[in-house]
Amino acid sequence: MPAPIRLRELIRTIRTARTQAEEREMIQKECAAIRSSFREEDNTYRCRNVAKLLYMHMLGYPAHFGQLECLKLIASQKFTDKRIGYLGAMLLLDERQDVHLLMTNCIKNDLNHSTQYVQGLALCTLGCMGSSEMCRDLAGEVEKLLKTSNSYLRKKVTLCAVHVIRKVPELMEMFLPATKNLLSEKNHGVLHTSVVLLTEMCERSPDMLSHFRKLVPQLVRILKNLIMSGYSPEHDVSGISDPFLQVRILRLLRILGRSDDDSSEAMNDILAQVATNTETSKNVGNAILYETVLTIMDIKSESGLRVLAINILGRFLLNNDKNIRYVALTSLLKTVQTDHNAVQRHRSTIVDCLKDLDVSIKRRAMELSFALVNGNNIRGMMKELLYFLDSCDPEFKADCASGVFLAAEKYAPSKRWHIDTIMRVLTTAGSYVRDDSVPNLIQLITNSVEMHAYTVQRLYKALLDDISQQPLVQVSSWCIGEYGDLLVSGQCEEEEPIQVTEDEVLDVLEGLLVSNLSTPVTRGYALTAIMKLSTRFSSVNRIKKVVSIYGSSIDVELQQRAVEYNALFKKYDHMRPALLERMPIMEKTATNGPTEIVQTNGETEPSVLDTKHPPPVTQPANQVRANDLLDLLGGNDVVPVIQTTLPTKPASAGGELLDLLGDLSLTGIPPMTAYNKNGLKIEFTFERANPNPNIAVITIHASNSTEADMTDFVFQAAVPKVSRHSLELILKCLIMKHSRVNSLFNQNCATVF
Amino acid sequence: GMRFLLLFSRQGRLRLQKWFTPTPEREKKKIIRDMTTMVLARKPRSCNFLHWRDLKIVYKRYASLYFCLALEDQDNELLALEILHRYVELLDKYFGNVCELDIIFNFEKAYFILDEFLMGGEIQETSKQIVNRSIEASDMLQETMEEYMSKPAF
Repeated sequence: MPAPIRLRELIRTIRTARTQAEEREMIQKECAAIRSSFREEDNTYRCRNVAKLLYMHMLGYPAHFGQLECLKLIASQKFTDKRIGYLGAMLLLDERQDVHLLMTNCIKNDLNHSTQYVQGLALCTLGCMGSSEMCRDLAGEVEKLLKTSNSYLRKKVTLCAVHVIRKVPELMEMFLPATKNLLSEKNHGVLHTSVVLLTEMCERSPDMLSHFRKLVPQLVRILKNLIMSGYSPEHDVSGISDPFLQVRILRLLRILGRSDDDSSEAMNDILAQVATNTETSKNVGNAILYETVLTIMDIKSESGLRVLAINILGRFLLNNDKNIRYVALTSLLKTVQTDHNAVQRHRSTIVDCLKDLDVSIKRRAMELSFALVNGNNIRGMMKELLYFLDSCDPEFKADCASGVFLAAEKYAPSKRWHIDTIMRVLTTAGSYVRDDSVPNLIQLITNSVEMHAYTVQRLYKALLDDISQQPLVQVSSWCIGEYGDLLVSGQCEEEEPIQVTEDEVLDVLEGLLVSNLSTPVTRGYALTAIMKLSTRFSSVNRIKKVVSIYGSSIDVELQQRAVEYNALFKKYDHMRPALLERMPIMEKTATNGPTEIVQTNGETEPSVLDTKHPPPVTQPANQVRANDLLDLLGGNDVVPVIQTTLPTKPASAGGELLDLLGDLSLTGIPPMTAYNKNGLKIEFTFERANPNPNIAVITIHASNSTEADMTDFVFQAAVPKVSRHSLELILKCLIMKHSRVNSLFNQNCATVF
Repeated sequence: GMRFLLLFSRQGRLRLQKWFTPTPEREKKKIIRDMTTMVLARKPRSCNFLHWRDLKIVYKRYASLYFCLALEDQDNELLALEILHRYVELLDKYFGNVCELDIIFNFEKAYFILDEFLMGGEIQETSKQIVNRSIEASDMLQETMEEYMSKPAF
């Protein structure tokens, strides 16, 4: 039987393969040979075969049939076998394999081997990939070995202990005794790994943390020696003595000094020393400075030191080395909340980083820039950020746009500026704007009453240019539907009013309906906008025609709307003006910021006509305030209303309704249940209108608690002899709980007599 | 601590994979694919840091080989560059003007050297000389065996 081909020979052969297929063939042939060799239990060449298998595994080929062979190698007495066996175990076995556990005994034996290099192999394997069970089984051995004075072994055992703690945290206690005098070591390898062990223990246990705080002076001394010591060839890196150890000590100091005044004070001087004396011409020095800055910022350092740290970061920002600029931005981002003013001083440098060519740096700079925006710098910062939005990669646009909206909302110096900023974002990054921005923007626009004419004009002009960006188109459609009358009457004060006719406006909106670029949601906006214009424009017939055409649209959403609007024209025309009147100021439903505005399908249509999701009446009656009646943005909660408003009358006249309500206390009359039978419950709530307290508002809530629909619901109000014009009944909407109402207009509406 | 270290060529061929935490085979393959794709797509003068999942990826090209190290959040990226450099120096000392071919043909040695420098995701030894001496001594043990058997072990 010829000896199996040698490893390097195999590698050479495989590399001559010119195609993937050729390579695969060679590999398969060799694997077959190796398999039969394994079957024959050949001890002599097992090592060679496993080595070859590991090479083929690296090329991506399966090697699981070698797992058991690795174990046999580990169990062998030959050092070469063990070396390859342990390597194979680390590459081919993971804790999911049952075979993994079979290693435990071998490792245990090798941990006690007479040759330190064999012990080293076992420790390395255990410390790299020992499972929790293995760690539990062998923790005792590890603890025993921790006492060794052999520095080669000590450093390995220490890291092994770290691994055991990571896998089985409960075992941490058993290593505590071994930590006595841990830092009196002179050997750097042992010292370094000891610091790692201490760090791991302190991070995991507050008790350990307090216990080890007493080591701060010692750590400070070691660090000082490293800095002050002369050239040490063994540990020198570009003139700095053992930077790896320095960084690790700085990290441990950070953990010990955090939230502890005494420890922080004890390390103050050394931190200042490192910060000012470290050579910064090479990466290694900056690595130490970086760690120092992180430590200073995290402990309870005095303000002078903190300013020093931020200034170091500021200098980093000006460094030619991209990596250093990157870590500076990352660190500044971490500290911008706590040391806001100090970071502000470097604002212009940070903003310059927006123009950096490196994508990672740009992203950090953008995040940091938004964090630095405040009422004082909003105009300048926004200019830079909008310029960035124009020219940045698509991957940034959505986040940048959201950031701009948030910042503008918080710090806008004027309403005009705010609208202009929104316009700029919509026109330059319109397709990337998040869907939830649309309702937020509509709300903002609605509430900027004096800007309506200006806003609708600008949005209209933007639509003429470009109808591809859906968020822009949606906001524009909504505004045109709402403020179209201002548009055609040329009322704009802020800029030169444009001349546009009703037909031109309708052309544009109808264009959106038919365009391929419009999404279904956008079409919905457009159709509703057209409908709303029926009370603002005179060309009602044209609108009626459009609406009736879409009554047979394939798009179910569009069809439903059109059918309802048709019905509005045909059967409920007297209600149309009230239903489609100007929206009032909307209140935000939550205080957490724009994204909290509740809506489900991106629409902010008056929910009056949106009965696709008939919600149950969830608001208890006495929580409804007068304004809420018109707060149709309240998610799916549409409040059924029949609102009664009474004009003011001179108090001298007797017998008016007003007088009856004249003794309305400030908290109002308590709600009453007017009717509650057969599952139909009708409640009245009473409030003074806000802001006019002379108006009483009676809200009627009708709810259906049965499983069946209630149809043909007729509400009739009988009032005493009061002139009709003093009583205004506005039917906004009527919904039924538990019912599946498909159309609002299945019920007859109220009549008043 | 470090999570993994990968070495791969400019064509994306893997030359070394060290995993510092247990990772299932399928996951390893996915990570290797992701790393090679991401790193090889980087523009020439980009910074050496990337973000991937919850890890910081530090990479550096030495001749025809990319060295790619995955760090956890609290690890120092600038120091990681020094770690990569130290490993290259160790390889260079051992092989004498190390090149990719050395690592291809002697991959097991590359692992042995790495295992004297790093362990369990942490630095084990900060002295170059001590690492070199350990490797030499281990090699000596192996050679003694090979002399005894009068043939190379593999």
